[in-house]
Amino acid sequence: MKEPIVRARDIRKSFGHLEVLKGISLDINAGEVACLLGPSGSGKSTFLRCMNHLEKIDGGQLWVQGERIGYRRSGNKLHELKEHETAKQRASIGMVFQQFNLFPHRTALENVIEGPTVVQRVPKEQAVEEGRQLLARVGLADKADHYPGQLSGGQQQRVAIARSLALKPSVMLFDEPTSALDPELVGEVLDVMRSLADSGMTMIVVTHEMGFAKEVGNVVHFMADGQLVESGDPHQVLEDPREPRTQAFLSKVLA
Amino acid sequence: MTLYTATEEEQNLSIVPARYRGRWVMAGVVVLGVALMAYGMVTNQRFQWGTVGEYLFAAPVLAGLGNTLMLTAVSMAIGIVLGIAVAVCRLSPNPILSSAAWAYSWFFRGTPLMVQLLFWFFMAALVPKLVLGVPFGPSFFEISTNTLISPFTAAILGLSLNEGAYMGEIVRSGIRAIPVGQTEAAKAMGMTRLQTMRRVILPQAMRVIIPPTGNETIGMLKYTSLVIVIGYSELLTSVSIIYSRTFQTIPLLIVAALWYLAVTAVLSVGQYYVERHFERGFTPLKAAKALPKTAANVLLKAGLPPASSASLAMPSGSAEELEKVK
Repeated sequence: MKEPIVRARDIRKSFGHLEVLKGISLDINAGEVACLLGPSGSGKSTFLRCMNHLEKIDGGQLWVQGERIGYRRSGNKLHELKEHETAKQRASIGMVFQQFNLFPHRTALENVIEGPTVVQRVPKEQAVEEGRQLLARVGLADKADHYPGQLSGGQQQRVAIARSLALKPSVMLFDEPTSALDPELVGEVLDVMRSLADSGMTMIVVTHEMGFAKEVGNVVHFMADGQLVESGDPHQVLEDPREPRTQAFLSKVLA
Repeated sequence: MTLYTATEEEQNLSIVPARYRGRWVMAGVVVLGVALMAYGMVTNQRFQWGTVGEYLFAAPVLAGLGNTLMLTAVSMAIGIVLGIAVAVCRLSPNPILSSAAWAYSWFFRGTPLMVQLLFWFFMAALVPKLVLGVPFGPSFFEISTNTLISPFTAAILGLSLNEGAYMGEIVRSGIRAIPVGQTEAAKAMGMTRLQTMRRVILPQAMRVIIPPTGNETIGMLKYTSLVIVIGYSELLTSVSIIYSRTFQTIPLLIVAALWYLAVTAVLSVGQYYVERHFERGFTPLKAAKALPKTAANVLLKAGLPPASSASLAMPSGSAEELEKVK
């Protein structure tokens, strides 16, 4: 069997006295689109943020592409990696945020080439050329010289996706990518994500878009109260959930 | 489907802006007051404008002005660099570093600048010689403090170290004004702390940092006059030497004041351009604000019915719309 791209074992995380992740274990395979669903406060965003060490885990082990994230094991000890080592790991894990987090002082194209030129030291001409292709891919070729403040929310999120793709990541993390958008702008972002999934990108998506999970997702993980409640085929989990906790959530959401 | 069609009479209704008579009255009062003051200053012989003109470009005055400008430029340059270092240390995860930065700000903001200047000048009394070598071990090089500390070096040390403490707070407030999402996005892209600071945080923080730094520079221009206490010569020293000889105190103080005002005017213009540079990417908001009024005016002038200009209310986040009108 092939090595999964993400391997999480018994991930634990607390904020002070509040335990937000109570031992999450799951695998995500190459080319898979995994959707993390669950009520707010269930820990799904925190879990996602652990995958690129934006949050330090307090227990458990996490590998992305066979590489242990954030720590190095020697004997019975896990040594936390230095900042530049973590930075290197992060560059191959793309992340898209709920609030886009584009750099407002840089144009769309400058946002996209920032990673390649600064982190990967790609020559500028090459980065610009690839950047323009990426912007074209998300349907924004004509907005290259616009600042984020001149773009709509949906356009900003598409630039943010292009910015993550510019680093040629092996896996993409999406943290509620459409939650901050006006309803009529959600579709354009989901379209870009759908075509990304079709191209074979491994994607982990924290979302409330049940339709997207059902249509594009290969697997759904339902989380509640810091625990993984139910995993499986999207149609099965969303239409015929086994666990009462999942049933209760879905009956509220789909009502 | 049409819900309502305006009649021709309704379509031709014209808008008369509200008139505020009080504004005209106030403007009149202010103009009159300024005119009276200007008249008084020009006609009052005791201002001795002739003497002012005579000394405005006198060699010792210009030499003093040169020193003032040099002190301001050098101290501000060092102060800004120190300020960035202090701010970064204050925000460092290393507790010793951040406490040291805090203590530095506390000391240099907490003692009078004049006391600091005198301290640096009389440092030889505390530390007669400065030694370069291994701590508690042999020394390679030593120099008498008095040869190193001239009025000039004492002035630069005093002014820039004091400025560094204030600039540290200004830079820190600028850094803290940037949303945490910016740091997270930079981190997620694999940037190091230094890259994030240099490429993402500081360029945006500059918008917040520039206006108070302009204040500090203009303040520094005048604080340099304090170096008179350690015998270094600048603009105010130069004019005071002249008026203590000629007793033309008022006109010479006016000479100094005019130069300070002139330099402040130049600095303000400079600040405007620096601010505009760092506004990159943040200006469209202004354009959007000005837009509805002009667009409506254009349509009204073109004789279009008010019914269609009402539809100009822009749907939120519609940037395409914004561009078309631009």
